[in-house]
Amino acid sequence: MTATLDTSTSGTDTVAANRVRRGRRRRGIIAVLVVLVAAAFAASLMFGKTFYPPSDVMRVILGEDVPGASFTVGTLRIPRTVLAVVAGICFGLGGVTFQTMLRNPLASPDIIGISSGASAAAAFAIIVLSLGGSQVSAVAIVAGLAVAVLIYALSFRNGVAGTRLILIGIGIAAMLDSLTSYLLSTAATWDLQETTRWLTGSLNGTTWTATVPVLVALAVFGPVLLGQTRNLSMLQLGDDTAQALGVRVERTRIVLIIAAVGLIAFATAAAGPIAFVAFLSGPIAARIVGPGTSLVVPAALVGALLVLVADFCGQYAFGTRYPVGVVTGVLGAPYLVYLIIRSNRSGGSL
Amino acid sequence: MTAAHTLVVEDLELGYGGRTVVESLDLVVPPAKITCIVGANACGKSTLLRSMSRLLAPRSGHVLLDGKDVHRLPAKQLARTLGLLPQSPIAPEGIVVADLVGRGRHPHQRVLSRWSREDDAAVADALAATHTTELAERHVDELSGGQRQRVWIAMALAQQTDVLLLDEPTTFLDVSHQIEVLDLLTDLNRSRGTTIVMVLHDLNLAARYADYLVAIAAGDVYAAGDPSDVLTTETVRAVFGLDSHVISDPVSGKPLMLPLGRHHVAEGATV
Repeated sequence: MTATLDTSTSGTDTVAANRVRRGRRRRGIIAVLVVLVAAAFAASLMFGKTFYPPSDVMRVILGEDVPGASFTVGTLRIPRTVLAVVAGICFGLGGVTFQTMLRNPLASPDIIGISSGASAAAAFAIIVLSLGGSQVSAVAIVAGLAVAVLIYALSFRNGVAGTRLILIGIGIAAMLDSLTSYLLSTAATWDLQETTRWLTGSLNGTTWTATVPVLVALAVFGPVLLGQTRNLSMLQLGDDTAQALGVRVERTRIVLIIAAVGLIAFATAAAGPIAFVAFLSGPIAARIVGPGTSLVVPAALVGALLVLVADFCGQYAFGTRYPVGVVTGVLGAPYLVYLIIRSNRSGGSL
Repeated sequence: MTAAHTLVVEDLELGYGGRTVVESLDLVVPPAKITCIVGANACGKSTLLRSMSRLLAPRSGHVLLDGKDVHRLPAKQLARTLGLLPQSPIAPEGIVVADLVGRGRHPHQRVLSRWSREDDAAVADALAATHTTELAERHVDELSGGQRQRVWIAMALAQQTDVLLLDEPTTFLDVSHQIEVLDLLTDLNRSRGTTIVMVLHDLNLAARYADYLVAIAAGDVYAAGDPSDVLTTETVRAVFGLDSHVISDPVSGKPLMLPLGRHHVAEGATV
């Protein structure tokens, strides 16, 4: 099967050298992103209304009792910051998976209704069914999957065309968001913070009970997605070419959808649909590492960084405390408008 | 390399939804030769090619590669023997030529395997064979139509399959690039014994480049064989519904079809 190649070794060496050079650049950028996420994580634990030096933070993490810090850092800041990182990774992974798979930056789960479905279901589970914790997550993931299946089925006509899927998804997202608004209006006792959690996403009042299920979801679905990275890249070539190159297209797509929706739904159940993080992470990652290579890992890191920085800004950069989703919403909305304008110019296909 | 693979289509029925496109079609692809499939629009030629590369499951009948049903072979195993270049493949935005060609290595790689020396050699070889080595570090978006088509063929070559199917590889190319692509495929066939099956819509180019010409009409093989036997005025009338003269091409010695339209036909040249 292997051909006897008459290529000069120098040709092979050039190809190999260029490939290694591109890979090195990519790994360098990923390393920088990891450092930035770690720095933002550390800063979020240290800074706030009260500053705690790294030594205090370390002692709290190691379980020592530090007056003041044990509560502020241990109970308030750590679960919140861990959720910021984990939810950011989940949104980044889920978003870039959908965007790559459907070859369209608008095809992010928070634009096409999957986050809205998980969000509406979580609000319904809490307000109407009075459920809590993992039950809410379960309802959210089932709803997220159901919305994904619904959109897929509604837009399926001799295969799934990206534009049709996105338009149907945006419509479904609008319907589900109005459902969430309605549910919240019936919950008279709920305060404004809870409202924003289910509409734009918020990390206020995060406890370990909310954070742990998302960590577990990431531990389960994250490796599944990473294992499919190569197949995902192949899907970018179109279904026909991918299949001709030995990818089992339908199976790959189903695995990717389940994993991505799982990540999005668990993160949404804990933090709400933090606006536009899934939508923005992939395109930002593409700008940084350059397109044409896999964006899965960079997008996850960008997602984490976005949520960390946005939450920190929301809490301390302005006079009032804003939930994280408001800050990411301010970033994401103009980009959405830009994409829609651009897609209009290029005749509707992105 | 010239392990001659057999590719046989048996009693194939294909369709989309309620529409039957191909009905009880039989075809034996000659190993290590160039086969060109021609036919009118919507006659089922692309559908046939899709099914031969298992993109479309047959309603009944079989496509047999070395006696095994391609629709039952493991996906990657099939992709190591049989390659397909679809009519309009999609290049990911911003991808570099060498990376795109490298995607052709997919069926030779495992989930977690590292990029091997063999993969690099296959890419370098594919680039050299398609004269795209100088383009290796360019972005695919920046290339001309002819260059881009050569890059896609390079990707299919990097797959290193002994059988290569191509769906209208010369569409949208100007005439010099059409010849360039067909010459390239002929080189590949002559030097490596790669079995090539392609759908072409230019009857004369098909007749010139084919060792074996297959004319499809209404979802079945109307005629198949040596181009000199297949490309006749009768075939053109039956397959395309067109009157024509067929002469010997002074350049290649192969048959050359000259259509008889309603205009610009000299007196005495009619049927």
